[in-house]
Amino acid sequence: HSCPMVLRIAELTSFGAGASASTHQPNSKFTQQELPACKPILTPKWVISVFLLVGVIFVPIGVASLLASNKVVEIVDRYDDACVPSNVTNKLAYIQNSTISKTCRRTLKVPKDMKQPIFVYYQLNNFYQNHRRYVKSRNDQQLRDASKANETTLCDPEKTRDGMAIVPCGLIAWSTFNDTYTFQHNTNNLSIDKTDISWKSDRDHKFGSDVFPKNFQKGPLIGGKTLNESIPLSEQEDLIVWMRTAALPTFRKLYGRIYVDLKENDTITVTLDNNYNTYSFDGKKSLVLSTSTWLGGKNDFLGLAYLTVGGLCFFLAFAFTLLYLIKPRKLGDNNYLSWNRNSAGH
Amino acid sequence: MARVRRRLEKLKLSTLYSFALCAKGSTEDHSKIGTAGFSRVVYVNDPDRHEEEGFRYPRNEVSTTKYSLVTFVPKSLFEQFRRVANFYFLVSGILTLTPLAPYSAVSALLPLSVVITATMLKEGVEDWRRKQQDIELNNRIVKVHRGNGSFEETKWKYIKIGDVIKVEKDNFFPADLILLSSNYPDGICYVETMNLDGETNLKIKQALEVTSDLQEDGDFTNLRQIIKCEDPNANLYSFVGTMDYKGMRHPLSPQQLLLRDSKLRNTDYIYGAVIFTGHDTKVMQNATEPPSKRSKIEKKMDYIIYLLLCSLLGIALLGSVFFGIWTKADLRNGELKRWYLRPDDSTVFYDPKRAPLASFCHLLTALMLYNYFIPISLYISIEMVKILQAVFINQDIDMYDEESDKPTHARTSNLNEELGQVDTILSDKTGTLTCNMMEFIKCSIAGTAYGQSVTEVEKAMALRKGVPLGDEIEAGGHKEKQIEESPHVKGFNLKDPRIMDGNWIHEPNKDVIRDFFRLLAICHTCIPEVDETDKVSYEAESPDEAAFVIAARELGFEFYKRTQTSIVIRERDPNQNVADYQYRKYELLNVLEFSSSRRRMSVIVKEPEPEGRILLFSKGADSVMFTRLAPDGRKFEEETKRHINEYSDSGLRTLVLAYRVLDEKEYENFAEKFRTAKISGSADRDEQIGEAADSIERDLILLGATAVEDKLQKGVPECIDKLAQAGIKIWVLTGDKMETAINIGFACSLLRQGMTQIIIALEAPDIIALEKNGDKDSIAKASKQSVMGQIEDGIKQVPTLGQSSTESFALIIDGKSLTYALEDDVKFKFLDLAVKCASVICCRSSPKQKALVTRLVKHSDKVTLAIGDGANDVGMLQEADIGVGISGVEGMQAVMASDIAIAQFRFLERLLLVHGHWCYRRISVMICYFFYKNVTFGVTIFLYEAFASFSGKPAYNDWFLSLYNVFFTSLPVIALGVFDQDVSSRLCLQFKTLH
Repeated sequence: HSCPMVLRIAELTSFGAGASASTHQPNSKFTQQELPACKPILTPKWVISVFLLVGVIFVPIGVASLLASNKVVEIVDRYDDACVPSNVTNKLAYIQNSTISKTCRRTLKVPKDMKQPIFVYYQLNNFYQNHRRYVKSRNDQQLRDASKANETTLCDPEKTRDGMAIVPCGLIAWSTFNDTYTFQHNTNNLSIDKTDISWKSDRDHKFGSDVFPKNFQKGPLIGGKTLNESIPLSEQEDLIVWMRTAALPTFRKLYGRIYVDLKENDTITVTLDNNYNTYSFDGKKSLVLSTSTWLGGKNDFLGLAYLTVGGLCFFLAFAFTLLYLIKPRKLGDNNYLSWNRNSAGH
Repeated sequence: MARVRRRLEKLKLSTLYSFALCAKGSTEDHSKIGTAGFSRVVYVNDPDRHEEEGFRYPRNEVSTTKYSLVTFVPKSLFEQFRRVANFYFLVSGILTLTPLAPYSAVSALLPLSVVITATMLKEGVEDWRRKQQDIELNNRIVKVHRGNGSFEETKWKYIKIGDVIKVEKDNFFPADLILLSSNYPDGICYVETMNLDGETNLKIKQALEVTSDLQEDGDFTNLRQIIKCEDPNANLYSFVGTMDYKGMRHPLSPQQLLLRDSKLRNTDYIYGAVIFTGHDTKVMQNATEPPSKRSKIEKKMDYIIYLLLCSLLGIALLGSVFFGIWTKADLRNGELKRWYLRPDDSTVFYDPKRAPLASFCHLLTALMLYNYFIPISLYISIEMVKILQAVFINQDIDMYDEESDKPTHARTSNLNEELGQVDTILSDKTGTLTCNMMEFIKCSIAGTAYGQSVTEVEKAMALRKGVPLGDEIEAGGHKEKQIEESPHVKGFNLKDPRIMDGNWIHEPNKDVIRDFFRLLAICHTCIPEVDETDKVSYEAESPDEAAFVIAARELGFEFYKRTQTSIVIRERDPNQNVADYQYRKYELLNVLEFSSSRRRMSVIVKEPEPEGRILLFSKGADSVMFTRLAPDGRKFEEETKRHINEYSDSGLRTLVLAYRVLDEKEYENFAEKFRTAKISGSADRDEQIGEAADSIERDLILLGATAVEDKLQKGVPECIDKLAQAGIKIWVLTGDKMETAINIGFACSLLRQGMTQIIIALEAPDIIALEKNGDKDSIAKASKQSVMGQIEDGIKQVPTLGQSSTESFALIIDGKSLTYALEDDVKFKFLDLAVKCASVICCRSSPKQKALVTRLVKHSDKVTLAIGDGANDVGMLQEADIGVGISGVEGMQAVMASDIAIAQFRFLERLLLVHGHWCYRRISVMICYFFYKNVTFGVTIFLYEAFASFSGKPAYNDWFLSLYNVFFTSLPVIALGVFDQDVSSRLCLQFKTLH
């Protein structure tokens, strides 16, 4: 049988291997570097068929991914500007003023039918949760183990309050997101399930069930959410979600799930407490409601990437075929070698 | 062996030899003894006294190891961190212990420690091997005098200054000794100094006359001497000292000094007094590291690493600037921007109030973070790959010589990939291209040429001319061989029924023929060895001489026995077929040895009765011999000259044989003159001896000439042909005559039909005339001018590049011209010309010239490979980018100096075309792969930084970071470096241009 694009070196290596064996020299195919090997030669047919194959595989995957992504219904509502009364000029002063009630009402329209479960996220922009100072500023031992409550290394500068260790210490915990949302669906209250929004492993292993918040948010500068000191850390799921720091400065974090199907053109009223300060660093806050598919949330990137690569492969296969048909070239023509170019008049 | 020893026993050989061998050391200034630099005092036979007197001398235990148990860790660590890359990693590793670190300290220190440990392990193993060698050496046994005339076997390391020791034949001297006496009555001994200077010939050392009678063990019971001499130094050829013995003071010279690591030869035993031990010995003082060679790729790699370091610094700076700007912006007029970072309550690293400082700290962090640009395990991986490659080279069955049981041996593995870039091969001829096995193949006696064998050169020439003659003759010769079925005698290939089997008696010039072979049997310095079956074999200084004696033996004039004063030949009576021997004993009167300046050797013997004539037998180079012929001895001059020319055309080495009958009176005159010359201790002693010899070596009668073939090694022409096709230039540097060299060139297809030969030689009549006048300056000037002119002519002949291929030019230059061509102002012109020629042959070149030529070629930035087998090639091998030693006949000197040792020249083809190609490609691809994987990794980290406001947060987990280089990505790369083949070996050989 023939294998046109593959040169079978193994078959060519009768050379030397069968020579008289010496008693002093190891003589095997391995030591003589004559193990069978396969090295593809890039003939036009071979190249074109590989490109075609890749294209054939990639394009359907891309299409499927895009379809899945398109099936996701997503409502994104940016509210950081809208929730500041229009007469307020200094947004920063407004948000830092704890005496003003910051309740805000937003009305969302459901663009398409949404099947439960509907995921509720909050999205922050331009928030560097991946800053080295921020990432490091926590103490995992303290979070896990009640007996290590005084362990606050790395927690700078949120370590202690009046000489007492802060639990949970560190910048991350201190700056936990503290906007809250309640939903109304056509005047009915829409219950939001806030359990099981964090990783199970985090709840079971990283945050102790006997570790309770202490001295938290007692300083002059209050960062974010205050914690109920009677609930153990392993049940403070908002904190756990927040403390799994995001890799990029734009990120979404899960707030809860809604187990109700929504119809097209339904309206949802969101009552939210706009507490979290994103104004000082020009960040954005958005509320996201989204369904999910087998692919996860709404994300066209994967589908597009598959489609692009597959398309490119098809294009190349086509171009090479054309080139091969219009201007064929002998395989292994020595005239094209760099040192033969001159004499070949190229 | 035993017999030889016995026969040599009472030879007083020093009376026989005349020239430099026994030269008395020049009279050095002995008055310096006792002053600074000459302070050593040795109480011979009283070693314990030195300590009492307060002299501190080192022990004889030597250690060549780099490290000891205690110093190993600190010293090798220091060595490690002298490498720029390693030092960088150490610094960044230490920085990771500070809060600056972007990741945990372990992840930086773990790969470093893995790499360092691996390298240290390698160093340790190497040093351990050295230690084993030292232990072996230190525990060698030698006999030491322990009082009362009894010699005890003692380990080398326990030898002390002042000990009297007895060294037996073929053993090494354990320390520097003063020769006291030997088994020869005149206290001489033969010493081989190959380990010291690479010269393979034996040197003669002689004890002082006053001590040479200490012949028995018992003589040393009450021996008391005081030797005062210079302090330890590295000069091998000078020694100043005095010996106080029996109330007299005797001067000591290098002639009495036996150096450690030289070997006692041809002498049963010697007694010597130890004067330098251990590291004081001259050879240890001389010990230097051999020049370490680095391959071009490694040098290039360093550039790349510096480049990467720069780019690393660049992006780190970029990051720091951004970081600084953003950090500063975090706090403006007391307002917190990114409040969640608490810029108001910050450490220095993030403090907006001290943004420049924070920025600088960040720079350090970034340097650590981006160190993935520098492949930390690159060096060690490359080393591992090269060692594995060397293992494969060593195991290649196609480069294994079954005859000598010698595989290829890559001694240094760090030059593997250079093999693939070789542009110029500089080759020695004798022993490299040729086997250095001399075969007596033809002779011309009384103007008649004998010998019908065809030399390889003749075959090649026949092939060149397109005449099928060669084949026919070869076929004929083959048949003849089969018919004869006589076993081939090594060193003898003369085939001529006219003179073989005693047939010479029927030739018209039978007397001349007889004298010719007697001369061959007598005029030499070989030593015969008779085995049980009465067969004689010979120990000769050079293979040429052995070939002569063997030829004489095969033709019925068997050199049988040598005593101090006589030579016995066993002659087969040509008239009878039965082996009936007639013993002729010649009284040996004088030996005038061969030297390169005299280019001849003679012996004076007295014939056995009844003739009883005194004969001078002489053999030498044609140039000196023909001028010394007597007017009536030139009967066959014309024919002989013609034959000699024919022979040297066929690539044979020729010698002219002549003799002379001396009358008693003349001989006595000479003997007297010779004796006085020999005894005189004056500086011009050698000249006087030379003059005396000169006066007697004249008026010779020509007998004929011999031709000896130096056989080409197997497969040499094919190999050279293929290498030439691969575009490799081959230079042959030889000590031979130009004609011989050219013919060998043709034989091994170095020169081809249709090549234009550019010959540069100093044989113009005006220069010869000048030489006769003897004005050195004007000779030099004229010679130089002539060489310049010839080189320029040559350059004009060779078309400039691009016009046509340079294939068809060959440059041949002789040693004298080479001297001038290598002078600073000419050499680049010479190089210009030489690189344009496909083959270059340098004839009559000295070892030093060989090295100089190599250096010159290196100037042209091309990779040079030198190949040679003898001690005279050592310079060349060390100078070249790659030195390849042939582990052949001429001792191990070249092999010791080489980077790769092969058994035969033809293996060079596979070594270069297959392994060179593979190794070069593998290493290059591997290095690229290495940089690729690290740069890719580094860039992802950098890109991530842009999304983390350049705060120095790594994108990956600590463990992943630390294991990335040493574990996750090292094996595939190494496997690629060891196993990858782009084409099979068969294709490499078939398409040489791949090289």
